[in-house]
Amino acid sequence: MNKLSLFDLLALVIHRDLLLALRRRADVLTTLVFFVMVVSLFPLGVGPEPEVLRKMAAGVVWVAALLSSMLSLARMFSADYLDGTLEQMLIAPQSLSVLVFGKILAHWILSGLPLVFIAPVLGLQFGMSFQSLWVLILVLLLGTPILSMIGAIGAALTLGLRGGGVLVSLLVLPLCIPVLIFGTGAVEAVNTGITIIPNVSLLAAMFLFALVFTPWVTAQALRISME
Amino acid sequence: MAKHPYMQSYIIRGYFITGHCHKLMLEISNLACMRGDHQLFTGLNFSLGAGEVIQVQGENGSGKTSLLRTLCGFIQPEAGEIHWRGQDIHKLGEEYFAEMFYLGHLNAIKDELNSLENLRISAGLAGCAVDEKVALAALRRMGLRRREHLPVKVLSQGQRRRVALSRLLVSDALLWILDEPLTALDVGAVGLMEELIGEHLSKGGMAIFTTHQPLQVAGVETRVLTLS
Repeated sequence: MNKLSLFDLLALVIHRDLLLALRRRADVLTTLVFFVMVVSLFPLGVGPEPEVLRKMAAGVVWVAALLSSMLSLARMFSADYLDGTLEQMLIAPQSLSVLVFGKILAHWILSGLPLVFIAPVLGLQFGMSFQSLWVLILVLLLGTPILSMIGAIGAALTLGLRGGGVLVSLLVLPLCIPVLIFGTGAVEAVNTGITIIPNVSLLAAMFLFALVFTPWVTAQALRISME
Repeated sequence: MAKHPYMQSYIIRGYFITGHCHKLMLEISNLACMRGDHQLFTGLNFSLGAGEVIQVQGENGSGKTSLLRTLCGFIQPEAGEIHWRGQDIHKLGEEYFAEMFYLGHLNAIKDELNSLENLRISAGLAGCAVDEKVALAALRRMGLRRREHLPVKVLSQGQRRRVALSRLLVSDALLWILDEPLTALDVGAVGLMEELIGEHLSKGGMAIFTTHQPLQVAGVETRVLTLS
């Protein structure tokens, strides 16, 4: 029997989650449509003054990204939990952290990456300058994986609980505040003409920190939830 | 037997195992289990060696599933120890998981995927790459010919169980832990399961399962463990 290397295993988990999402497209599209809707509602609510809109654009995009990533969090492990796949993952002879990391990556590809692509289009609606749009793309690329990674811990801890969907948002949203602050801070900086490096560096530091610790913490949380 | 490529590697491994290991592989001593405030069992002792099979019996709620889940390491025992090859399973961790196969009440298959994808992916998650020919042969042996490419959601309960059980054919695990493997299976499939367990034991494997139906493995005496 050919044993899979860790890299193959990671690829398999991602392939599996993407294949499942492809067969159940509605779930992925809901997140994206929600994001577009929330962002588009703001100009209707606060009025069409270009100056006001330009000023709040980055914040609106970030808050909408935060909320739409919460939508798909509850589903991250629940389907696998309900059909018994998660049980099998816990007794897989490889590190559970690797499997979890694959699932987080797949979650980001499905719910974070599309936002990175669509955010500049929405930013244009708000009259953002090209320079700040590039910064927005950069900070979303760094920030949305952090949301998936922190979210994974929350999703694992609330697994199998009634009303887990709401609970996971209450648990995870406060933890995502730093991402929101530095993400909008970078765009703000470029708008006022100062350097974006401090904000981006802090985001990158959070990204690396989360990358190292969250898969392991999530794996431990899953073991606790399954007992 | 040589017709099935997956069987060949299996047999080679089987000989290796019987040649090198001491006889008692799984030893349970003084095991106690609690769920909530309820004491399910205490002072449970048994052992399982190569080529042996144990059927766990007991009323509903007597702790059969909890026992099997404790053996998998999902549940921390209240007291007592579970040893595999002389070492505690919680210390062995992944080494133990590599030699163990567990199938619970849940089939662990995805409705959106077809039988072939399900089998290959779940075997992959358990660490074994299974190529398409081997997987197809396994599904056909489980009586799923011409169902290989159908999404699992259109299959019947019994057929889904067969898809889940087909993993046994591509697994090289030594210890099979099966919780109600016969649920929803027809007479033919029950016969097939008896055959599969028989083959597994004859290669030095071991099995522990729960069932409410009679299961006769040819040529082997099934030990019965009754929980009360």
